[in-house]
Amino acid sequence: MTDTLTPVLTDNWDADRAWTLASYEERGGYAALDKAFAMTPDDVISTVKDSGLRGRGGAGFPTGMKWGFIPQDNPRPKYLVVNADESEPGTCKDIPLMMASPHTLVEGVIVSSYAIRANTAFIYVRGEVLHVIRRLQRAVQEAYLAGHLGKNIHGSGYDLDLIVHAGAGAYICGEETALLEGLEGRRGQPRLRPPFPAVAGLYASPTVINNVESIASVPSIITNGAGWFAGMGTEKSNGFGIFSLSGHVTRPGQYEAPLGITLRELIDLAGGMREGHELKFWTPGGSSTPLLTPEHLDVPLDFESVGAAGSMLGTRALQLFDETTCVVRAVLRWTEFYKHESCGKCTPCREGTWWLTQTLARLEKGQGDEADLDLLLDQCDNILGRSFCALGDGATSPISSSIQHFRDEYLAHLTHGGCPFDPAASTAFAPVGASA
Amino acid sequence: MTSDINGAESLERAGLDETTWAELREIADRYPEKRSGLLPMLHLVQSVEGRVTPEGIEACAEILGISAAEVNGVATFYTMYKRKPVGDYHVGVCTNTLCAVMGGDLIFERLKDHLDVGNDETTEDGKITLEHVECNAACDYAPVMMVNWEFMDNQTPESAVQVVDDLRAGREVHSTRGPRLCTWREAERVLAGFPDDRADEGPAAGPASLAGLSIARERGWTAGAASDRAEGESK
Repeated sequence: MTDTLTPVLTDNWDADRAWTLASYEERGGYAALDKAFAMTPDDVISTVKDSGLRGRGGAGFPTGMKWGFIPQDNPRPKYLVVNADESEPGTCKDIPLMMASPHTLVEGVIVSSYAIRANTAFIYVRGEVLHVIRRLQRAVQEAYLAGHLGKNIHGSGYDLDLIVHAGAGAYICGEETALLEGLEGRRGQPRLRPPFPAVAGLYASPTVINNVESIASVPSIITNGAGWFAGMGTEKSNGFGIFSLSGHVTRPGQYEAPLGITLRELIDLAGGMREGHELKFWTPGGSSTPLLTPEHLDVPLDFESVGAAGSMLGTRALQLFDETTCVVRAVLRWTEFYKHESCGKCTPCREGTWWLTQTLARLEKGQGDEADLDLLLDQCDNILGRSFCALGDGATSPISSSIQHFRDEYLAHLTHGGCPFDPAASTAFAPVGASA
Repeated sequence: MTSDINGAESLERAGLDETTWAELREIADRYPEKRSGLLPMLHLVQSVEGRVTPEGIEACAEILGISAAEVNGVATFYTMYKRKPVGDYHVGVCTNTLCAVMGGDLIFERLKDHLDVGNDETTEDGKITLEHVECNAACDYAPVMMVNWEFMDNQTPESAVQVVDDLRAGREVHSTRGPRLCTWREAERVLAGFPDDRADEGPAAGPASLAGLSIARERGWTAGAASDRAEGESK
């Protein structure tokens, strides 16, 4: 029986100076390199395939399969790019990982690059996390000095250069082709696919783009075996993942558990909802995943079950809101975010997010009428699936799901002539027992 | 853009000193293709000039062999690049949904009032630039405020006022799980890929980051390992 929490990636976060090479190596760090170098690159890919690891950045695409798409007969250089542009509202797992243990990621980069036969790799980290960038820069420098990066790593004959690249503030660069544009020194606008990055990615060369947590999971799979990893989780969602609890819960934070744990279990571990309050709505994987309610507390948090419940596992960014929170205010704010972050390339997203914001803002003020809810859904229908990337789709998720679950609350704004909630009651510094 | 101009003339034209030109070229040379250096190069321009200046844009364009319009297009796309001078401390209050609900909106209102500035404005003494920011990936520490892109976790209106007062008075302020705060220009230099000496300051992780791990430690929960867990053990 697997334990309820399974610290792997978070396991050394409480170590003294966990971010240093000395601390990481003391706990067996970088041992996965020699084990990987003793295998052929194809065998490393097979191991990751066999483990069942699926992308931890939200989409859940099988990591090993993605690596297998790299055409090895293509004479151009191959590249690995780590997506460290963690910006999806609610998502806060990669940043603490890179802050506490950047070497876990660096080791994963080396093994993964070896597997896809890349000699240059990049970590594209969002620019707004200065100390995380410092820790990454230092870790890469330490790894070079120790011979884990550079020429002829560990005498294997394998060479790898790793470049830490700071972004400059653009949610859209978390989308993998927009990220490549940013990395090529351009405006971060998504590319049309095909061709997929595996065929023509960075500099039109074969490129793998993986999330931080996916890459950081690789050393443990090499060290402990594919069966160990596949032995955790559920049938089609193998392994462990970091679940990030935030909002109105007693002990928000990072909880690393096998996929398939439920929100009820997680809230219990986190000491329950804050005193005197109850859960009203939540996101399973960031603001782009449709809202769920207390009736979904026992849904196993794996890719299939959350999908079947009408949402998406996403990044396991569990934002929890209690009954003091106005759902219309919450959704309006997310919508303003998508409007701000739309890159402007596709008309339905660029224009549609402005329309959504205007309609919602009117409703939030208690203006407009019930027909505006149908107008909103119609606007969503004209955005969803009609743009290059998933940003526009994500913008519609909170709106359509909140109308589905909380239609009456929208109407209450109309009958009340404005928001019936007291925004002070939802704050972290509200007196105990305050209510809306 | 005149790509045939020689170094000395362009130096005069584009007002940046020789060291900056050399460092901009050094950034471009880190990459397989030079243009990849543009984002960090613009960070360096901000660290030297206090914002993205026309001179900085010209310099990037010349080094990369692209037009100033192309550089400008990039500089206007990303929100961290500023066209107006930024104060010594960029204070960003997260007002995305979760932080807003948890108190970010009230913190932002209080700071606007206390500093007598609006969004994206700088105090008269040039110390503080206030801006509301989007989710900064620290939701378990909500409400969050960033100062020069360092985490100030679990803020209240009162604690936020204290931070800006301390900064304006020249007192040393630490990130709640990071180092001493540097100036915005110094921060931009690190983002350009020129590290400072503060990587070892601050803890590995804040309390919320360790929430699950502490429980696992108390209860003896582990993920096992190959040595003590048979491969393919039933789920």
